[in-house]
Amino acid sequence: MSGMVEKRGVGTWLSHAGLILGIAVICFPIWIAFVASTVTQADLVRPPMPLLPGPHLVKNYLEALLSGGDAPVWRMLLNSLVMALGITIGKIVISILSAYAIVYFRFRFRMFFFWLIFMTLMLPVEVRIVPTYEVAANLGLLNSYTGLILPLIASATATFLFRQLFMTIPDELTEAARVDGAGPVRFFIDILLPMSRTNIAALFVILFIYGWNQYLWPLLITTDPSMNTVVMGIKQMLPTGDQTVEWPVIMATALLAMLPPVLVVFAMQRLFVKGLVESEK
Amino acid sequence: MEKRVVFNNRWLPYLLVAPQLLVTLVFFFWPAGQAIYQSAFIPDPFGLSTRFVGFGNFEYLFGNRYYRESFLTTAVFSVLVTVSSMSLALWLAVLADRVIKGSGAYRTLLIWPYAVAPAIAGVLWLFMFNPFTGIIAWMLGQMGYTWNHTLDGGQAMALVVAASAWKQISYNFLFFLAGLQAIPKSVIEAAAIDGASFWRRFWTIVFPLLSPTTFFLLVVNVIYAFFDTFGVIHTITKGGPEQSTTILVYKVFSDGFVGQDLGSSAAQSVVLLVLVTILTVVQFRFIERRVHY
Repeated sequence: MSGMVEKRGVGTWLSHAGLILGIAVICFPIWIAFVASTVTQADLVRPPMPLLPGPHLVKNYLEALLSGGDAPVWRMLLNSLVMALGITIGKIVISILSAYAIVYFRFRFRMFFFWLIFMTLMLPVEVRIVPTYEVAANLGLLNSYTGLILPLIASATATFLFRQLFMTIPDELTEAARVDGAGPVRFFIDILLPMSRTNIAALFVILFIYGWNQYLWPLLITTDPSMNTVVMGIKQMLPTGDQTVEWPVIMATALLAMLPPVLVVFAMQRLFVKGLVESEK
Repeated sequence: MEKRVVFNNRWLPYLLVAPQLLVTLVFFFWPAGQAIYQSAFIPDPFGLSTRFVGFGNFEYLFGNRYYRESFLTTAVFSVLVTVSSMSLALWLAVLADRVIKGSGAYRTLLIWPYAVAPAIAGVLWLFMFNPFTGIIAWMLGQMGYTWNHTLDGGQAMALVVAASAWKQISYNFLFFLAGLQAIPKSVIEAAAIDGASFWRRFWTIVFPLLSPTTFFLLVVNVIYAFFDTFGVIHTITKGGPEQSTTILVYKVFSDGFVGQDLGSSAAQSVVLLVLVTILTVVQFRFIERRVHY
């Protein structure tokens, strides 16, 4: 018996060791990027680069934020924030409204509309990229926040999520509300919205990350550097032949670009996991 | 499943679905229709008129060696990303499930790469593997292995696979861990009493019970590798060298925007549309089953 316990102890110890090794490997790229953002270009161009942080953190981050590449990084961060929030809020609003209509009303073409929305599941923007760009260009949406946000806010996933949630809300509640004289708008605001609070929050976390991390769409839609988002703007900073932006500044930008979504994951871990699991149902 | 109690209103439901419907029609169906329409035409060299060619663009496409190679590249790329990312994630999830103390802390430390954009992941890996200054390229050089992914197609593929798989480990880890924790402990304990070793128990009992999660992740990872890795490819290799990392999604972009070959790009969009539809149907059928289970 004692032999078995001992064996388990060794197994657990090995498990911890394996996990720590895995985490070390997964965190290594970030560590390297962090170190690179605290040293000088001269430290980086002669390999091997240092593995411990240097004294130039403040200088590099300030240079990134204030001058950056084609546009200062503070501007790109702001654009990313506007786009991410616009996509998140837009998706949640239009999805919850259409799900409400589809679940709580009977009207002509209800199922037809439902299927139209459902089919968008199958059309990621990468697939229909050229014609979508043409449509946006024809509508005069290039280099505008509307152009960054609007084409990305249709989402069947969010509509489904709300539909499923509404289905689980007991009919008795609706009945009671109606007896009390509540109309559809009152019912939505006073009962449905409060009951969807956690789901909205979980969805918010997932969609914020989705919106912030968009790459191809902003790459096409924003030709004016002052409209660039940070995730795509960093690509413009990468050295091509005649190098203008230095690696420490690029790495500082990379860390600034990943900070907001990573913080959201850390701060709202429980909601994040909930949102992730549910949006895949 | 339908609601028994509903509201009656003549115009309100239309008003409620209108915003989503409008966005869907303008930014989904109009472009998709355009793609299908354009795929049947070839613009003349001056872009003044177009000529109807029926399935000509498709015939040309599948007769094109680069396009067929792009299919193969996509297949190799998605298999490598899916297998490497899922097996690493499963390994970590098994370990995290095994340690009772601290599994929450490990989870926290493992899930955050999910939040890193593919394009940023690309920049990080590009920096480590920069042929002249990258730390790992340098280490490989010290071991007598020359690293230059800008010249060597195999190395380029390895690099985009590593960057893409790295980002996806978190996601797979979360779902595997949840799947493992849902397996009743009594089943495993019974096998332990019978004297089965840990890995034997894993392969004969745990892994089969995990198969719904595994299959689900398989589909999600293939979809990820097909469509969400554009940022990785575009930042690291731009499809090169010599198209060795040009996956289908990258080719639609490069033929359409860089090469300005709109007929071919539209035809490629239609092909991708069909592929996504198949993948979505597979995923949806499976999810239906999972809901019953």
